[in-house]
Amino acid sequence: MGVVALLAALFAPLVGAIALLFIDREQTKAIKVVALVTTVGTFVASLFLLPAFDASTASMQFVIDLPWITSLDAGFRIGIDGTSILLVLLTTLIMPIALLTSWTPITKSVKEYYVLMLVLQFGMTGVFMALDTFLFYVFWELILIPMYFIIGIWGGKDRIYAAIKFFLYTLVGSLLMLVAIIWLGLAAKAAGIGFTADLMKLRMIGPSIPMDVQMWLFFAFGLSFFIKVPLFPLHTWLPDAHVQAPTAGSVILAGVLLKLGTYGLIRFNLELFPQSSAEFAEPICAFAVIGIIYGALVAMVQTDIKKLVAYSSVSHLGFVVLGIFSLTVEGVQGAVIQMVNHGLSTGMLFLCVGVLYERRHTREISQYGGITSVMPKFAVLFAIAMFASVGLPGLNGFVGEFLTLLGAFRSPFLGSWTYAVISASGVIFAAVYLLWMYQRVMFGTNDNPANKHLRDLSRIEYWQLVPLAALIIWIGVAPRTFMDLSEQSVRAVVSKVEHFKFGNHAH
Amino acid sequence: MHIDLFGSLPLIVIWLALGAVGIAIQAFVRDNTRLVFGYYAGTLVLTAVLALITASHKGQTFEGMITVGGFANYFDVLFCGAGLMAMFAARPYLQREGAELDEYYTLLVSAVTGMMLMAHANNLLVLFIGIELMSISFYVMAGFLRTNIRSVEAALKYFLLGAFATGFLVYGMSLVYGATGSLQYDAIAKVIAANASPFPMLLAIGGVFLAVAMSFKIAAFPFHQWAPDVYEGSPTVVTAFMSTAGKAAAFSAFIALFTALMPSSSVMTPQFQQMLAVVSAITMLIGNITAISQQNVKRMLAYSSVAHAGYLLMGIVANSADGHSAIVFYVTSYVFMQLGAFVVVGVLERGNEHYLQLSDYAGLAKREPVLAFVMSVFMFSLAGIPPFAGFFGKYLLFVSAIESGHTWLTIVAVFSSVVSAYFYLGLIVKMYFTESSTEHLPTSTGLAGVTLAVTTAASIVMGLFTSQLLSVFGTWW
Repeated sequence: MGVVALLAALFAPLVGAIALLFIDREQTKAIKVVALVTTVGTFVASLFLLPAFDASTASMQFVIDLPWITSLDAGFRIGIDGTSILLVLLTTLIMPIALLTSWTPITKSVKEYYVLMLVLQFGMTGVFMALDTFLFYVFWELILIPMYFIIGIWGGKDRIYAAIKFFLYTLVGSLLMLVAIIWLGLAAKAAGIGFTADLMKLRMIGPSIPMDVQMWLFFAFGLSFFIKVPLFPLHTWLPDAHVQAPTAGSVILAGVLLKLGTYGLIRFNLELFPQSSAEFAEPICAFAVIGIIYGALVAMVQTDIKKLVAYSSVSHLGFVVLGIFSLTVEGVQGAVIQMVNHGLSTGMLFLCVGVLYERRHTREISQYGGITSVMPKFAVLFAIAMFASVGLPGLNGFVGEFLTLLGAFRSPFLGSWTYAVISASGVIFAAVYLLWMYQRVMFGTNDNPANKHLRDLSRIEYWQLVPLAALIIWIGVAPRTFMDLSEQSVRAVVSKVEHFKFGNHAH
Repeated sequence: MHIDLFGSLPLIVIWLALGAVGIAIQAFVRDNTRLVFGYYAGTLVLTAVLALITASHKGQTFEGMITVGGFANYFDVLFCGAGLMAMFAARPYLQREGAELDEYYTLLVSAVTGMMLMAHANNLLVLFIGIELMSISFYVMAGFLRTNIRSVEAALKYFLLGAFATGFLVYGMSLVYGATGSLQYDAIAKVIAANASPFPMLLAIGGVFLAVAMSFKIAAFPFHQWAPDVYEGSPTVVTAFMSTAGKAAAFSAFIALFTALMPSSSVMTPQFQQMLAVVSAITMLIGNITAISQQNVKRMLAYSSVAHAGYLLMGIVANSADGHSAIVFYVTSYVFMQLGAFVVVGVLERGNEHYLQLSDYAGLAKREPVLAFVMSVFMFSLAGIPPFAGFFGKYLLFVSAIESGHTWLTIVAVFSSVVSAYFYLGLIVKMYFTESSTEHLPTSTGLAGVTLAVTTAASIVMGLFTSQLLSVFGTWW
């Protein structure tokens, strides 16, 4: 059942996209319904992964291995482990919500929009499932094309600039990754198992590559992922892309696309190059900490709500990178759950911004005030998203941030508590900018005449937000449900790194 | 003299069809372009089929001057296919421009014949005849819009510079002949591999001259300057054909010639590789960087064609079977995507000078959704973005270059690919992200639609068949 669910979760969106091509472009209603049904169906299919998934093992499950380019041993190899199952589920959950937000705002080229959305989903799910470096690269680049069009066609005023910047930034990183992928294949050839793109084989080869070469490979992969995350100072594409993208684009960017980077760090950098990961943990964490503080400070001075949320992503993703390169079980577990958290809470924040924007067509904080009085339902859900993002105990953000900080604090690789202490101040800053923003938008007197008669949430909007809110509370109260899934996989990665750093006898 | 008739069938058939029957048809049937078109389309199909049938029949014939079977036959099919696609695109274009003469198709098929000779050559003189036959046909085709000053200028420029390149070619051949005592590739290779030439200096200079001549033909730095002017001035359907099939032909000869000139045991091979690596690196950088500032789409694609010569050279630099397979794969995908892109330009332009600017493409997605879509497929493929064909070829080239120790060249290629993405995307930006400023011109693709359908489909799905194609290539070297 697992294999079927996996294939369904991967290919259903592609099938849906192809089906859309055969619907007349005037039938916008039918197009929307087919797209929505596809994504909901994909979500349901992906839920069938859960009962079939064995959380007690770190190995890859539901593996499919079909030959593709035999002479280069590139194959259609997919499968999931504890880390990727959560991210696959996050993707399949976010997509129907993203499509719902597009229901009324998207009126231009409806057909193309939904086709691209489904292709995007296909690419993202593929990245999380690929167990082959070549296939991974194909999916990785496949994402660029739909996202580029989504920002460029349906985006805001400076959409062209943002779209090109997004594309070129990602391309610079990924092409260097391609060189590294080839080099890895040749390293496998030199090691006597033949040129290969099989991740399972490469995992065994990786650590035996001498440090002077491994270092370059580590950074070639790393650069690509750091740009995507984005790690300070490679983050400058993100505010542009976020602000210019339509709401659904921002939700997907925040919800899923940024996680491709952090996922790649765990899947490739940690697993393939454990020695380099240990070696460079400190400088990378230093950049992560700078990103946490910098993102928070810049978010604080934004006057545009969407930009504020965008910079908060830079800050939050800093925690994820810090957790990953603390190279401890707590830290990496925290990072994995924080990826999911950020997807939920920041995705939800962008949805809330979209709700406001749809009504007023402005995102300036100063244009709002006292919205609570006219939109009470919205106020509650916006508050949940905001508090989750702040890291209030009882909601999901707290769990992830606490664990990553704990990991950073205890990490034998960092050897200093300063990382954790400085990052913790980022949590305080987050409280400042988010609460302050919420206060200026929602509280006070509703004295702007344009805001006097805003509608509260429509039914479609309401049902976009409620599932996210429910999950936010669920993870906040009972994180074990989700963390048990990833625990064994995380332990395996961490013990691999520890093994190469401290030898067999550590822990 | 023993002649392998079966193996030489494709060459003999196209030769007779062109030289005997074709001329007779034109002598007796006046101004029937439809008949001539059909006749030559049939000829190309027949030749391609014969090349496929005889592909596994490998050997040499005509006293070793001609190679038959294997990769030469693959190129036959490619040239005939490209010729057919170019013919389909040319008919509506030339009719619209009021310049459809039946001689056009004769010239096109004679160019294909020259290309086939280049791929089959195992002797420097045969190579020379092939190159000249192809080039002279091209000179005339470039000036085919004979009342259009730009077309005539392109033809003249091409002719003068081409003659110059021929000088290098013949001089190089004579030096290599003097240094090795033979015109046969395999005999030359034997002397070079044994480091047994009595005049190593002459051999080196001869080799460099041959490289210069081939660089002219593939439009590689520093002998690329003719390409943008000629490609821009020529009728677009001619550009589409000569910048793709012509380049593929030059590479087929390049592979065979430099396999002979660069055996692994020769002391000169590393120097040759180094020289070509530098040429390759500069070619892709110059091509892509110059393309960025072009406002004329045809000229932009011309520079992109220069850049692709640089990528393809990586396979020659690698000097291995993998490298050569990579070239064959990439040049095939290149023929599809570049030819398709030029055909789109040809459908949209008027009179070889209007509607060629980047700004004329604004809002094309609204006016011509299908043309905009296929053009973006070509652009993504040329930029090397998966899952399109261009990516797979690039990947193979990178593998062969890194494997042969030219990682630095791969990194240059990577960065120039990023640069290239900028202008390829620029066209997509115009087509999809901006509003139309020019009035809506009625366009009709006509037969060119067939070409576009084939090239688009190939650009999309070719990657899926990488393994099958490579295993075919693998049997040839």
